[in-house]
Amino acid sequence: MVWRGYTHPWDPWEALNEVEEEMPYLFVGTYGEAQHEFPPVNVWTNDEGAMVLAEVPGIAAGQLEVSVINDTVIMKGSRLPEELPEGAHYHRRERGFGRFTRSVRLPFRIAQERIEARVRDGTVRIHVPRATEDRPHRISVHEA
Amino acid sequence: MAQDPKAMAKSDVRGGTAGKHKDRPAVFTPRADIFETGDAIVVIADMPGVNKNSLEITLEENILTVDGRVEPELLDGFTQAHREFKVGNYHRTFTLSDAVSRDGIVAVVKDGVLRLTLPKFGPTRARKIPVQGE
Repeated sequence: MVWRGYTHPWDPWEALNEVEEEMPYLFVGTYGEAQHEFPPVNVWTNDEGAMVLAEVPGIAAGQLEVSVINDTVIMKGSRLPEELPEGAHYHRRERGFGRFTRSVRLPFRIAQERIEARVRDGTVRIHVPRATEDRPHRISVHEA
Repeated sequence: MAQDPKAMAKSDVRGGTAGKHKDRPAVFTPRADIFETGDAIVVIADMPGVNKNSLEITLEENILTVDGRVEPELLDGFTQAHREFKVGNYHRTFTLSDAVSRDGIVAVVKDGVLRLTLPKFGPTRARKIPVQGE
């Protein structure tokens, strides 16, 4: 672990983040790929909530099911294999298909009624607002 | 369950420059399926984040090049807390055989998946070459 000094405020996610980022590359496959669940997700946060981004090529808005249970966001869907016409054959097959379920647990209470998911060009963006009562509350500090 | 769930996610390190140069956008090789029917060769490539405006397909001699641009993932007022995929551009080339007609190639991109239909020439008709006497 690298000593970060005082330049950045301490971020509890950071250390975990680094391990998780490097982890997939420790066990690389034949092609040196990262081993992740599908879909891979990126999570961005601020005091008001989080933005969960995922890559779901081939999945249209109507084919993705997004649900919330407590502090966990769940994405469900499936990608069907191409139906080849009679007599057709594959030269190359690199894309996967099948059903997937991916859950992302967030470190705060979710305002479930305000969650919003958008699918565009094979990417999904889920805005997950933090419950108002769970947000950090600034306390003014007075001199005694 | 997915037959191979990780095969649905984009190929990462295999693409080449992903993650190696922090200042330069990563370039990924999109995963592709290629199949041949009686009258065409079809290429299907996963390029999440790409749409018709950010995709460029060029054909030079027998090299078909696919380039997709993806805007960097920057969210104002947010900090990244967890990362499993990198955002970058896509690049892949395909060498076409002589069986593919250069005219009539159709490219359609939908939900981040590119579908290229490369029509094959019809059955070659034997041509008779007239022989001239001296």
